[in-house]
Amino acid sequence: MAEQGIIGILLIAVLTQNVIFARFLGICPYLGVSKQLSTAFGMSAAVLFVMTLASALTYPIHVLILEPAGMDYLQTISFILVIAGLVQLVEIVMKKTARTLYGALGIFLPLITTNCAILGVAIINLNEKLDYLQAMVFTMGSAAGFGLALIIFSGIREALSVRSVPEAMRGAPIGLITAGILAMAFMGFAGLG
Amino acid sequence: MSNISELTKGLWKENPVLRLLLGMCPALAVTTAVEYAVGMGLSATFVLLSSNVVVASLRNIIPAKTRLPCFIVIIATFVTIVDLVLNGFAHDIHKSLGIFIPLIVVNCVILGRAEAFASKRPVFDSFLDGLGMGLGFTLALVALASVREILGNGTWLGMSLTGGEFTPVLLFVLPPGAFISLGFLLAGMNVIEKRRQANG
Repeated sequence: MAEQGIIGILLIAVLTQNVIFARFLGICPYLGVSKQLSTAFGMSAAVLFVMTLASALTYPIHVLILEPAGMDYLQTISFILVIAGLVQLVEIVMKKTARTLYGALGIFLPLITTNCAILGVAIINLNEKLDYLQAMVFTMGSAAGFGLALIIFSGIREALSVRSVPEAMRGAPIGLITAGILAMAFMGFAGLG
Repeated sequence: MSNISELTKGLWKENPVLRLLLGMCPALAVTTAVEYAVGMGLSATFVLLSSNVVVASLRNIIPAKTRLPCFIVIIATFVTIVDLVLNGFAHDIHKSLGIFIPLIVVNCVILGRAEAFASKRPVFDSFLDGLGMGLGFTLALVALASVREILGNGTWLGMSLTGGEFTPVLLFVLPPGAFISLGFLLAGMNVIEKRRQANG
């Protein structure tokens, strides 16, 4: 991926290798908070915010501290601690300084610690050997791709909620099948990559 | 609740993937072949079992306010062990599970059991709970992977089932097939569960 250039990386992150439809990261919030368009927007914004901060922090931690010290095997444990700490910190700072933003995003923040897209993207950045700028573009692209998928899906779900879906299919099953059809549509972007 | 039901509830009644809808990311991602599903399921079972036992033994020492970071460190330790062991002894599986090994850390099944069960119960019950939930997770993964491998590749655990009689539907090993298969599997579970309740 590193040789694709900035625009290429952005397209890969948002469309061809969408975090949800191609990489299967962040499925829990995708199914959990997609019942209403407004909460989908809130969650997407919170993910964009935390994911960018998390990648901005974990990348230098790996390259400047863990790698020179030969402690690569601590990657998982240190990344998850940084992310968990970061989420707490963001929550506290936001509560004190930006009440309106906190009101909008607050309830989503604790959920984000266990959103595997955050840790997943932080690890992909390093596995794909991206440089810092590319990693940040990839991260924001992934977050945007997550938002895009979540918002499209919640729009469909709002419309589905007034249709008569067979009883056994209600809720998660029809949600997953809708996601499957959306994933097929996203496969159409593969030619771009 | 007797000990046996701690073990068996994870298999069906509270199956983490099929009934509680937890741990969906690995369930969708690594089920292209039964082999990977077994690898992922057993790795997660090991982590679940070990973290449940450690959390339960330390439950009176860990302060309530800092319990979540403590749980995460315990879980991450076992995930690192699995990561290194698989890399050393089952390199092919390690390579194909890829990023989803470190991501066992954020698998909601594991943190969920630590928080909801192991932090309040004795060590032996937590051991059984971890084992049952882990096996239930493995079972769900194998079920989903069987559907996908048979329909998408015409094989099961690498053995050819169709003898070339029917052209596999490639879609089922691709991402959309994961969503669609799991959707129908969940719907099937709903139907069975409803019949069971209706019959008492």
